Amino acid sequence: MKWDLFFQLLVNGLIVGMLYGVVAMCFVLIYKSTQVVNFAQGEFLVLGAWVCLALVTNMQLPFFLAFIFTLIFMVAFGIIVQTVILRPLIGEPIISVIMVTIGLSIFMQALMNWIFGNDAKRFPDVFGTTDVVNIAGLNVEVAYLLSLVLSIVIMGVFFWFFRFTRHGLAMRATAFDQQIAQSLGISVKQTFAMAWAISAMVSGVAGIVIGIVNSVSNSLAFVGIKVFPAVILGGLDSIVGAVVGGIIVGVLENLAEFVDGQYLQFGNLYTIAPFYVLIIILMIKPYGLFGTKDIERI
Amino acid sequence: MSYVPNPRPAGDFRTSYTDDNRLFKTHFETRAALVLLALIIVAAPFIGNYWLSQLIMIGIYAIAAIGLNILVGTTGQISLGHAAFFGFGAFASAWLANSFGVPILLAMPAAALLTTAVGMIFGVPAARIKGLYLAIATLASQFILTDFFSRAEWFSGGVYGALAERPNLFGFAFNDDLRYFYLVLFWLVVTAVAVTNLLRSRDGRAFVAVRDHYLSAEVMGVNLTKYRILSFGISSFFAGLAGALFGHYLEYVSVEGFTILLSIQFLAMIIIGGLGSVYGAILGAAFILLLPQVMESVTTMAAYIFPAMESGKSYVKQMSIGAAIILFLIFEPEGLIHRWQQIRASWKLFPFSR
Repeated sequence: MKWDLFFQLLVNGLIVGMLYGVVAMCFVLIYKSTQVVNFAQGEFLVLGAWVCLALVTNMQLPFFLAFIFTLIFMVAFGIIVQTVILRPLIGEPIISVIMVTIGLSIFMQALMNWIFGNDAKRFPDVFGTTDVVNIAGLNVEVAYLLSLVLSIVIMGVFFWFFRFTRHGLAMRATAFDQQIAQSLGISVKQTFAMAWAISAMVSGVAGIVIGIVNSVSNSLAFVGIKVFPAVILGGLDSIVGAVVGGIIVGVLENLAEFVDGQYLQFGNLYTIAPFYVLIIILMIKPYGLFGTKDIERI
Repeated sequence: MSYVPNPRPAGDFRTSYTDDNRLFKTHFETRAALVLLALIIVAAPFIGNYWLSQLIMIGIYAIAAIGLNILVGTTGQISLGHAAFFGFGAFASAWLANSFGVPILLAMPAAALLTTAVGMIFGVPAARIKGLYLAIATLASQFILTDFFSRAEWFSGGVYGALAERPNLFGFAFNDDLRYFYLVLFWLVVTAVAVTNLLRSRDGRAFVAVRDHYLSAEVMGVNLTKYRILSFGISSFFAGLAGALFGHYLEYVSVEGFTILLSIQFLAMIIIGGLGSVYGAILGAAFILLLPQVMESVTTMAAYIFPAMESGKSYVKQMSIGAAIILFLIFEPEGLIHRWQQIRASWKLFPFSR
């Protein structure tokens, strides 16, 4: 048993898990307020990363400005997707809504492949991110620490937004019951658009962070798929659950890699392990750890 | 579903349940179907190899799409893992033929039966969950099965893939496209007739009841668990059959062919064709297979004006599928078959339509 490696992977898992948690949170935000399962969440993330990278490398903008412009772009993008594609489908059966986001996802994949190319590209070194610091005997990359801090900040802002702002309250009300919210003077249309805008923006931030830590490529969209085990684990409509689920999936992945590397020698077990867990959870506890159980009446 | 007028000729009344349950509603329909089939059989030798291979692929995908349609269109369960079952059928057939020397024409249905078993195992979660949760569970089964294909060398040849020979019946080898086309056509007709038949039986009505309101269905005595798993099983059977035909047509089966993108394409076929309709699935399969080719020629033409388009050919193909899904869902959610019914109805009611 190599404890060093074990703890190293555990810490990596925690940090990656926090990022999964952030993306899962965006996913849950859309699901909770608009009842849409967004299969294109991963593509949102990649889009954010590519746009920011293009602004930094092609337009030679300073990173901070590029970051702000990317956020604005993602907000606009989220609103456009909601109004043009999702709004006509309100009230349609669930398969239509799922399929339209799947269609969006493969459309965006191809478009981004075309525009930005197939190769992975690195961000220019913005924060001295290749450095390594030593914390309690473990080597942690600065970029990882940065992403950890950012994840915590994003989660904090989410909490503040939903707990203490007017729009957050409106969004919670809409998530609770659309008709009642509407009768209280909340514009459900605006709230839907806002949910998509926020979700796209935060996914964009997550994409940039992951892009800085690894490098930007279209395969980052796989994070969007990893989100599913996380949200199912946490419960589809629980934001806290999304964070917890994300962390568990991140840690689990790295533990699977550890067990695999040390004992089983199975090869890429870690990419598939979360899906086995997902199936098991769905069999035992389909509404996840924190999800609300549907009670149906005839 | 909106109401589509489907008028019968005047004087054609149905007086019994058997009449109402007929496979073809009118004699004209029966004759039209037989004439169309005869036309395809006669015309096949003359259409050239390119179109023949296209028709074979359309036939194979149509079989899988009809299967998926039972699950998605009729029972209302969403499956994002159909390509994995399709792939399982392809590998299973090659495995049975290579390792046990089963004659290939027998190995195909046998592989379909094996796929049925696998589909039912993965359908077990469906007994408890539905809608979104089920979509995500089937997504997981897609990844788990493709992972299994690349791992299980005894079964699929691992990353190297498996060889699959063309079938052979008492010395009559299906070694050219024309012969293979007839084989595919045979299975397509069998599938279409079997599924249409299934849908008008008690089981078919039970599937529809589960889709429309599962609680009421349960109250009325439909065994939900049984029908949900059965629907997975039947759908996997046709996926496996189509997969086996696919494998032996290409003569080589590899893991890369059965990605999530193919699963999405199967779903696109039934959505574009029309959910719950057998003929819709065939139309949808044709649409999804021909669309990239049309886009290919469009981009080739566009490349004369904008040379930059040349590099984007493969991307434009994928984008066109994504765009087709989105546009159909927004503007024609009931699919091509609904369009066809409207056209037919307006012809029949001619002076009074519009």
